[in-house]
Amino acid sequence: MPKQLVSLIIDGQSVSVPAGTLIVDAAKQVGIDIPVFCYHPKMEPVGMCRMCLVEVGRPVIDRVSGQPVIEGGKPKIQFGAKLETACTTPVSEDMQVVGMSEKARTGRKEIVEFLLTSHPLDCPVCDKGGECPLQNLTMAHGSSESRFKFDDKQHQKKHVPLGDLIWLDRERCIQCARCIRFQGEIVGDAVLDFFRRGRATDIVTYSEPGFDSIFSSNTTDICPVGALTTADFRFGARPWEMNSAASICTHCPVGCNTTLNIRREARSDGNMVIKRIMPRQNEQVNEIWLCDKGRFAHHFSASPDRLAKPLVRTGELVTESSWEEALNLAARSLVEAKQDFIVLAGGRLANEDLFNLKALADGLGGKAALYTHMGGGYLTTLAGVSMDTNFGEMGAGTSILVAASDLYNEAPLWYLRIKQAAARGATLILAGARETKLEKYAAHVIRYAYGDEAQTIKSMQKSKAGQAAAEALASAQNLVVLYGSDGLGLEGSASLAEACAGLLDMTGHAGKPGSGLIGVWPHANDQGAWEMGFQPVADLAAEFKNKLVYIAACDPVGDDPALAEALKSARFVIVQELFQTETTRLANVVLPAQAFTEREGSFTSGERRVQRFYPALPAFGETRPDFSITASLAQKAGLELEGTSALLIMNKIASKYKSFEGLSYARLAEVREQWPLVGRGDIYYGGAIYANTQGLGTRLALLEAGSLPGTKPVESKRPSESELLAIPVCKIYDRGVTVLPSTLLHPHIGDASVSLHPDTAVRFKVQAGSTAQLTVNGTAYQVKVLVDEKVPASVALLPRSMGIPINTPATISLKAA
Amino acid sequence: MRVFEPLIELARGLGTTFKIMLEKPVTVQYPEQKKPVKPRFRGRHVLKRYDNGLEKCIGCALCAAACPADAIFVESAENTDDVRFSPGDRYASTYEINMLRCIFCGFCEDACPTEAVVLGDNYELSFTNRRDAIYPKEMLIEPAPAGTLPTPQKVPPGLYTRSVPEMKDPQD
Repeated sequence: MPKQLVSLIIDGQSVSVPAGTLIVDAAKQVGIDIPVFCYHPKMEPVGMCRMCLVEVGRPVIDRVSGQPVIEGGKPKIQFGAKLETACTTPVSEDMQVVGMSEKARTGRKEIVEFLLTSHPLDCPVCDKGGECPLQNLTMAHGSSESRFKFDDKQHQKKHVPLGDLIWLDRERCIQCARCIRFQGEIVGDAVLDFFRRGRATDIVTYSEPGFDSIFSSNTTDICPVGALTTADFRFGARPWEMNSAASICTHCPVGCNTTLNIRREARSDGNMVIKRIMPRQNEQVNEIWLCDKGRFAHHFSASPDRLAKPLVRTGELVTESSWEEALNLAARSLVEAKQDFIVLAGGRLANEDLFNLKALADGLGGKAALYTHMGGGYLTTLAGVSMDTNFGEMGAGTSILVAASDLYNEAPLWYLRIKQAAARGATLILAGARETKLEKYAAHVIRYAYGDEAQTIKSMQKSKAGQAAAEALASAQNLVVLYGSDGLGLEGSASLAEACAGLLDMTGHAGKPGSGLIGVWPHANDQGAWEMGFQPVADLAAEFKNKLVYIAACDPVGDDPALAEALKSARFVIVQELFQTETTRLANVVLPAQAFTEREGSFTSGERRVQRFYPALPAFGETRPDFSITASLAQKAGLELEGTSALLIMNKIASKYKSFEGLSYARLAEVREQWPLVGRGDIYYGGAIYANTQGLGTRLALLEAGSLPGTKPVESKRPSESELLAIPVCKIYDRGVTVLPSTLLHPHIGDASVSLHPDTAVRFKVQAGSTAQLTVNGTAYQVKVLVDEKVPASVALLPRSMGIPINTPATISLKAA
Repeated sequence: MRVFEPLIELARGLGTTFKIMLEKPVTVQYPEQKKPVKPRFRGRHVLKRYDNGLEKCIGCALCAAACPADAIFVESAENTDDVRFSPGDRYASTYEINMLRCIFCGFCEDACPTEAVVLGDNYELSFTNRRDAIYPKEMLIEPAPAGTLPTPQKVPPGLYTRSVPEMKDPQD
């Protein structure tokens, strides 16, 4: 229902805005900047800083008739005796707002002076200097001279670690509470608060460890002064010294839009390096936020382990070689292998790389497989989300079902946006075997035992809790189902996907705009691989045997050392990678690839949005883009593929795959105005966040959904008395090859651990915090024991990618070490 | 008399010559002898220190921002009381000036909030390759005053918290 429009006059300009709009937002719509510090368009107004003072006049209402008093043919306007805050005052009919009068200007000037009474004015050494709202607004509205001497000011600690990622400068803080409100209102991790009162007011963290939130770094963007800085960037460079390139985060399927800030660095021999990663506004994807993993886990692209030259193995000897030699050898083996080869692609490859790999496999008669532990993706291409499904606009009338996924760890920005959708009135239903962070906001929670995932979704009405949830799902206008792989392997997740797709079909939501199935994939571009017809294989070891194996951007041996033997039984191994991994050590030919920061390409997010990323850094060593390596290899094996331009490959993708129809790089680069406006000259509104000038991306079209294909039911594993069921779960900071090079995150990654219910810990005679010996498939590992009441009994939660090869539920044994 | 006119002119010209011959010469025997430069002469940059030996430069890179020739490159890092280069939080871990690019305009000196970079008297810049034209911090910074320790210094905690000192308008 559209809200009633209200007309008012701001500084002589007439505006019509929906009722309930705040004066500051109404003014922004006609290009009038009312200065703010504490106000932020994404949060509730508090009116703390008083910077937005304006004169507000309202029509005088005659008490007897209840009608506006008319004077000289116009309604009589009465201005208040005092200035009012534009950020907390909603507009009303015929209101007159004056922001440019002498009275309003004086008011703001005095507020700036007041805010600066305790501010150290150490702009030269402040990381925010150059992109600081306080600096800008002091220049615009403040007095040119200070009446306060430096020694008279409050002096407080300038280096207070709130956590190990975020540091606080107490002197600079102007107590706007943006950080506190962001953590409380938007994230739901209320770990910050004010401490003491008056001039002694401090920002403190109440969590242990400090600032325990995976969204903590966003507070440094929205901080209107330089009080909060990240440990990663502190004193890294001045904002104006860095160049920027638009990019996409590659750590999870959300596909957050980012800006890479680049500068030369003396420590890196004067080479260009990424100095920091900033969010880039895309209201459809990440709004103006970015999780800490996306912001800090970028160091892999500059890792010292990066491969600079192709490697060729002769016997036991591995030597660096020229591209010509390495490609000739690989191509000769590819031709000799005839159709006996398999291409294994990782989910962090771009759409263009995947297209070429698939074309190579199809053209030469081999097999193309996706390296993943999560299945069911073909269902997302049939019953996925399409059109403008946007978590940011969901509210009453939409139901969101999250099945077997811990979104906080697997896809942080979806957690954030779904939490807010629930706050706006969307019905959130969680189906999970254990309690996750999102559960606080759920209307219905369906609890099941690990192994019963698909069955629980299929027979939802039968349980008591499920019945209410099923009704909410069926009656919803729009239904979005997210399914993940919490405690599920390839078969289990495929079976769950089928159950979820069946649910969408049954409730009549399949193929409806605004509804659909979303896979919470382990990698950034798994969705793109599924769209191009890649399928995972169940038994990699069997697939490797006596075949030529062409592996790109994944490390199967590193994830599961048991695959080393299998890979040794392959007739020839070609690996295309960024760094030396356990897999490249077994390769016959290693081809060094460029990181996504060094080249062009596009990713398909879990929400089926195709988004472009742009080159930011010069290529490392002799590396080449993945699509170009594949094309050179194909050419030498007698198959012509496009290898020079990512743009031309996208055109080919658009003409070959129906879901990509009509896509081009030009279309992906289109932008339109987004609300709130951020990152322009007026950076006080959104902080240091970048505006999106290089493309919002486009949603893929849905394929014709015929009857959804079925899979065979998976038997759930039930361990015996002496055994434990190991459940693979996702931990945001893991030991993956793209996370580990960021040393800053090491305290968060920690050692391999196992989480148990207290009763289970007692049963297996292990103590919290102690080291235990865990045996998987006959191999023993040392793990740290964590005890948590939220863990179901008789299972052991084992995080993936932490050094223990576990991707599907398996029985293990555990004893004290 | 038109006949004598050239002779008169010749005598006048030679007169000037003889007069100058007897004057004190303005040329000096460079490089054995050197002339002092004017007070506002802008020569090679010097990075100054405080009397206690701490560096004035706080690594703010405003000189680099002001430089019209992009001759200055600054990188900064954090001070601690145990390893202190300059007062306050921040110091220049890298400070380089490319003397081939520098046009000696003195904007860097104007931009400096701590009067750390000063264009000095030295005009004798010579190098035999382009790389040597980049003067690193070690070449630019003045030696620590007698009786003080070189940076980094270990200082008592909480003594040097102020990055930007109180400044007066220049007198000369």
